[in-house]
Amino acid sequence: MAVKFVFLGRLADLAGTHEFELTEADGEFDWTDLLAWLEVWSSPDLAAAVAGEKVRIAVNGALLGDKKALSAMDGDEVAFLPPVSGG
Amino acid sequence: MRDVRLLAAAFDPGAEVDGFTAAHPEAGGVAAFVGKVRPTDGCEALELSHYEPLTLSGMEALADEALARFDLMGILLAHRFGVLSPGEPIVLAAAAARHRRSAIEAVDFAMDHLKSDAWFWKREKRADGWHWIEPRPQDHADLARWK
Repeated sequence: MAVKFVFLGRLADLAGTHEFELTEADGEFDWTDLLAWLEVWSSPDLAAAVAGEKVRIAVNGALLGDKKALSAMDGDEVAFLPPVSGG
Repeated sequence: MRDVRLLAAAFDPGAEVDGFTAAHPEAGGVAAFVGKVRPTDGCEALELSHYEPLTLSGMEALADEALARFDLMGILLAHRFGVLSPGEPIVLAAAAARHRRSAIEAVDFAMDHLKSDAWFWKREKRADGWHWIEPRPQDHADLARWK
């Protein structure tokens, strides 16, 4: 079982990496699992940033309308997308 | 014609506009905008990151929306990613139409959306290191013009 996480923008700085492959997940990986895992793997700061209302989540390139409905399975790619920069 | 590209390396906007214009001999006009890295404010470099599964498809959807909304013969959207130097072109939006207003408005529409609604994250290098660029209220105001 492997789920690939991709951190975009400033979230990559907080995570300390752009991508991470989680291999020890067991079966379905949901929102509660995600926040708990982010806190332990990285920091409460990253978990709080991901939970922030402006951060979107995409699974295999499809944006989730409600990120709390996250359900990642083996082989999925989960991307964390902070607000895009203006300019 | 719809031509949407994500570019990893430097490009020549003038040559692209020439090619685009030549591809639309029936158009009455071509409007184009080229965005560059501002060579001011102590910016030493600009890095644009993107997310492949979303960024290109989002730009393609934007081009389709412009084609549906304005009376166009073609649209070209080209956007860089990677590390850019001050003065380097970041983005090119061009539209060909029978009449000028459609072309000009389509470019304005595309730029407002590319700036604040496309999946790009930017950070700039100044003397004291890298800084992420945050969304500005003006970006949302620019988008609201088209609602």
